[in-house]
Amino acid sequence: MPKLIRWTRAGARWAQDAFTSVLDDEPMPDGSVLLSLSRFHAEGGRVLGEGRRVGVRVAADEAVESLAYDLPAIALVALEFPKFKDGRAYSAARILRDRLGFTGEVRAVGDVLLEQARFMIRCGFDAFEPADGTTPAQWTAAEARYRHVYQRAADAREPAFAERAAAPWEQAA
Amino acid sequence: MMAAAYLYDAIDTAMLADRAAEFRAQCARRLAGEISEEQFKPIRLMNGLYLQLHAYMLRIAIPYGTLDSAKLRALAHVARTYDRGYGHFTTRTNLQLHWIKLKDAPDILDALAKVGMHAIQTSGNCIRNLTADPHAGATIDEADDPRIWAEAIRQWSTFHPEFSFLPRKFKIAVTGAPVDRAAIRIYDIGLRLARDDSGALSFEVRVGGGLGRTPYLGPVIREALPARHLLSYLQAILRVFNRYGRRDNLWKARIKVLVASLGAEEFGRQVEAEWNASDKGAVDLPDTELARIRAVFRPRGFDTLPAVSAAFDKARAADPTFARFARRNVIAHKVPGYALVNISLKTPGETPGDASAEQMESVADLAERYSLDEARVTYEQNLLLPHVKLDDIPAVYAELVRARLAAPNIGLVSDIIACPGLDYCALANARAIPIAQAIARKFEDHAKAETVGELKIKISGCINACGHHHVGHIGILGVDKKGEEFYQLTLGGSGEDDASLGQILGPALPADRVAEAVDQMVGVYLGERREGERFIDTFRRAGLAPFKEAVYAEVD
Repeated sequence: MPKLIRWTRAGARWAQDAFTSVLDDEPMPDGSVLLSLSRFHAEGGRVLGEGRRVGVRVAADEAVESLAYDLPAIALVALEFPKFKDGRAYSAARILRDRLGFTGEVRAVGDVLLEQARFMIRCGFDAFEPADGTTPAQWTAAEARYRHVYQRAADAREPAFAERAAAPWEQAA
Repeated sequence: MMAAAYLYDAIDTAMLADRAAEFRAQCARRLAGEISEEQFKPIRLMNGLYLQLHAYMLRIAIPYGTLDSAKLRALAHVARTYDRGYGHFTTRTNLQLHWIKLKDAPDILDALAKVGMHAIQTSGNCIRNLTADPHAGATIDEADDPRIWAEAIRQWSTFHPEFSFLPRKFKIAVTGAPVDRAAIRIYDIGLRLARDDSGALSFEVRVGGGLGRTPYLGPVIREALPARHLLSYLQAILRVFNRYGRRDNLWKARIKVLVASLGAEEFGRQVEAEWNASDKGAVDLPDTELARIRAVFRPRGFDTLPAVSAAFDKARAADPTFARFARRNVIAHKVPGYALVNISLKTPGETPGDASAEQMESVADLAERYSLDEARVTYEQNLLLPHVKLDDIPAVYAELVRARLAAPNIGLVSDIIACPGLDYCALANARAIPIAQAIARKFEDHAKAETVGELKIKISGCINACGHHHVGHIGILGVDKKGEEFYQLTLGGSGEDDASLGQILGPALPADRVAEAVDQMVGVYLGERREGERFIDTFRRAGLAPFKEAVYAEVD
C-alpha cells in the first residue's frame, strides 16, 4: 500500500489510506473504494447507495467538471500526475476547490515529488502519495520555505498585495 | 538621483532571499552527490541554469528590460568575478553568462538578490520573464506606461502554483504605444494598451504568436479588455492552455499550435467562457495595489528645458561623426529638452549583444549621471538611456566612444540580431556569431551602412529561432548538412507593425558565402529602390526574383 501524507493546518503527517484503489476490470471489493472516472459513472451510484465512501481517480486528460453534480457525495478525488512535468492536475484541483466548492480530500497520485509540494498545497491538494520516498517533515519544511506568496490560490495564504494593504508601513523598501 | 524603477519592498526582497536559500540547498545536495544530474536538471532549469556545450550558462532575468546603475554594476561584478568578464544580452532582454561554475551559482544569486535581481523563471515550462517597450515612460505616443502592468504580471506569475508546469514555456510582451517596439506579434501573449474616448484604459490581447519550427503572428482574441481585469484574463488564457495544450509532442506544445488548431475565434470563446466562470475579484489586483505600483513609475526628476539645445546643435554642426550618431541613435523624448539615446552593442567585429564588465559599468555611470539612473535593454540586443538631456548628449557620446559603445548603426545593416549559436548552445546546428561579424565587417563603413538605410538582419543558429530569423528583413537560419554548417536565407520578414514572415530565398549557402550574398542583395536594393523605400519595401514591391538572381547567378 502506498504511503500517504496528509496535509493539515498543523503541517504534514503520515495517514492511513482508508480507500482500496480498484482497477476497471477487478471485482468490486468491500469497504471504501477509489474508482476510475468511467467506473464511477457506471457503478458509483450503486456503491454510494450501499452507504460506502467512494473516491474517484481522475486522469490528467479527464475533466473534473463531469463530477460536478456528484461531488457532495464523493469523499475523495485523486488527481493523476503521469509525470511531474504534466501540470494539468493543478488546474483540475483549482477548479474542484474554487469553482465546484469541493471540500473533501484532493489527493495527488502518480509522479508526486517534494519539489512540487508547495505548488500542490497552494492549488488545494491535501493528501499526497509521494513517489520519491519523502517524509511529512520534508513536506512541512518545503511548504514553509517561502514566507510570502504573490497570488491568491486555493489555500488560505494571503497574497503580497493583501499583506501590503493591511500593513503598508511594514513593507516599505 | 531618483530612478523611476520598481523598488523591491520587504516582501519582494524576502521572496528573492528565500529563493536563493532554496537554490543553495539544492546545489549543495547535487555537489554532495545526494541527487543525480537527472534529478537536478529540472531543479536547475527552474532557476535559469543550463548545461551548455562548454559550461553552465546562467540566464539572469531583467524584468521588462529595465536596469539602473546598481543593477548594471552588480551584473558587471558577477561577470567579472564568476565569468570571463562579459555577458550576452538576449532578444528576451535577459543577460546570459556562458562560463559559470555550478559551485558559484548560489553566490551569484545572492549577489544579484542584493540589488533585486534573480534568475527566477528564465527557463522551464512556466511564465518567463516579461518584456516591454524599451521606450516606456519616455515616448510621447504611449497610452500608459507598460511597466506598471508588466510589474503586476511579474508578481502574479512568480511561483504561480497552477502555471509552473505548462505544456511549454510561455512568454508575454507588453506595450503601451501604437508603434510596436516589443515584437508583441511573435509572443505567446502580446498586450497593447489603449485609451478610449473617456480615458478608460484597455488591452488589445494577442495570443499564439511565436517563431520556431512553425512561425505564427499572434491574432487578436480580445479587443478592449478593461485594464483592471488583466490578471484574471491572463489566468483564463493560461488555464485553457494548461488544460488543453498538447503535451505529446515537444514541437507542438506551444500555445500557438493550440490557437492555430482551434482557430483564434474558438480559442477566444473558450477563454471568455473560462474567464466568465472564474472569480475575477480573487485574481485582479485591487486599485490600491495598482496605484502603489503606478506611483513608482511616475515620471520625476525632469528639469524644465527648452525644446532645442544650442550645445547639441553646435556639436552636430561641428562633428560629422557625432551628427551621424545623433541621426541614428538619438530619439525624441516626450519631455522637451530630453532624448532617448540608443547604445549599440553591435560594433562591427564584436559579438552582437555582448558587453564587457567595463562597458556595463560605463553604462551604469552614464545612466546614473545623465539618465535619471535608468537604462533599458531592447529586444534587438542593444541598450538604451531613456532620459538624457539634449545638452548632455555630446558628453554621453564622448564617454560611449571611450567605452567602444558609440557605433551609430541602430536599425542599420550592421545592427544584427544573433543568438549565441554553436559557439555556446547545445541546441544549435551552426554558428551565428561569426556570420554576424562577417556581415557587419562588410558594412563597417558607417556612411555606407547609412546609405543603405534601415535593414534588419536576424540570425538563428537553429530552428528554435532565438535570433528571430523569420521576422528579419533578411533572415538567416543555420542548418546542418551532413556535418557542415549551411545557412538558409529568408527575405521580407518583419516583427513590427508591418509584421510578416520571411520567404525562403533559395538553397542554403555555405558559411563563406553568406556575407557576400547579403552584400549582393543590398546591391540589388540600391539599384532598384525608389524614393523613400527601405530594403523591405523594395522587396515587397519587386519580389524575390531579382534578389535570388543576384545571389545564385554565379553559382550556376
